[in-house]
Amino acid sequence: MATVGQLQKQFVDFSTSLYREFIQLQKLQDESNPDFVFEVVSLFFEDSEKLLNNLAIALQQQVVDFKQVDAHVHQFKGSSSSIGAHRVKNMCVAFRNFCEEKNLDGCLRCLQQINHEYCLVKNKLENVFRLERQILEAGGTIPLIA
Amino acid sequence: MSKNGVFSRLRRLEKVEGVDEYEYANPSCDSDEVHVLAVDDSLVDRKVIEKLLKITSCKVTAVDSGRRALQFLGLDEEETASVGFDDLKVDLIITDYCMPGMTGYELLKKIKGSSIFREIPVVIMSSENVLARIDSCLEEGAEDFIVKPVKLADVKRLKRCMFGEGRIPKQERAFNKRKLQQDSPEITNAPSLDENALSSPSHSSTSSPCSPRSFSSLPSTPCSPTSLDSPTRRVKVSDDS
Repeated sequence: MATVGQLQKQFVDFSTSLYREFIQLQKLQDESNPDFVFEVVSLFFEDSEKLLNNLAIALQQQVVDFKQVDAHVHQFKGSSSSIGAHRVKNMCVAFRNFCEEKNLDGCLRCLQQINHEYCLVKNKLENVFRLERQILEAGGTIPLIA
Repeated sequence: MSKNGVFSRLRRLEKVEGVDEYEYANPSCDSDEVHVLAVDDSLVDRKVIEKLLKITSCKVTAVDSGRRALQFLGLDEEETASVGFDDLKVDLIITDYCMPGMTGYELLKKIKGSSIFREIPVVIMSSENVLARIDSCLEEGAEDFIVKPVKLADVKRLKRCMFGEGRIPKQERAFNKRKLQQDSPEITNAPSLDENALSSPSHSSTSSPCSPRSFSSLPSTPCSPTSLDSPTRRVKVSDDS
């Protein structure tokens, strides 16, 4: 059973590895909206899963509409950037290049990669929330992240 | 101000999809509060911009498309507003650039092309830092162009610059903008461009946003310090710095 100190350290490690944007989001949370970060992240999960699904479908078409694919990737790039999911965002940049070249293989590979990166970041974010809960339940305080 | 007019319009809008409304239920109090219309098709970004605006004590109406923004304003497809401008009292419009259907740029043009609404400052947000895009938006009359992700410092500076510590009456606002344009017609009045263009990770904001300066020059006069790098977890922030 991890101590509060260990939980807090893990919390800080996960949070800081999610880049500035996530930390900025945490700073926006206050008593009037204590679940703000959780709500934003939940929206992100919902949005992302829809986008990933749409991407898979779009790339499976007989005639692929690369403009549409690009539009989805652009959206994904935006939301992942707002959350601080930089690896996902960077994959989106590469993905858009393949869209421009109408390179289906490249796109499919990117989609696979993005799915993977998204799973990683989702896992990380879920860990952050789990740790927050555990810290509070153990009577500890959530560490401040500079 | 026709409060009844506002409420009935709101009721109608509540039934319309894609409109999230925050703290607009009491137009009678806080009539000095800045009311911002935020337009963004991204769920995540909409939620974040709403929060940023609320933290800076703005009233927020968030919509998911340019079309809904025009509907809210009463501009719709026709150029004539069905509800008086004063009733809705939108003080600022902040819109995403890339949106399906109507882009932020097209929305900007529609607003600036309206005799009733063109005095409302419009700020464009974009995840892409494209000079040509920035230029064309500013030429079309945008007050500012912010590169996403939008930070609290950006919103605070916008509000302070456009509305001061209290509200600036409409005539003065327009005067300030005209004055800026007169002083340096070729200079862009887009104070946030530099820091975002440089992709600087640090936010010791040093711009003096209301003074005209060229796009490529670095800002010199400090604005008020951002609290973004404060290590303390934010409790309630009011725009009093």
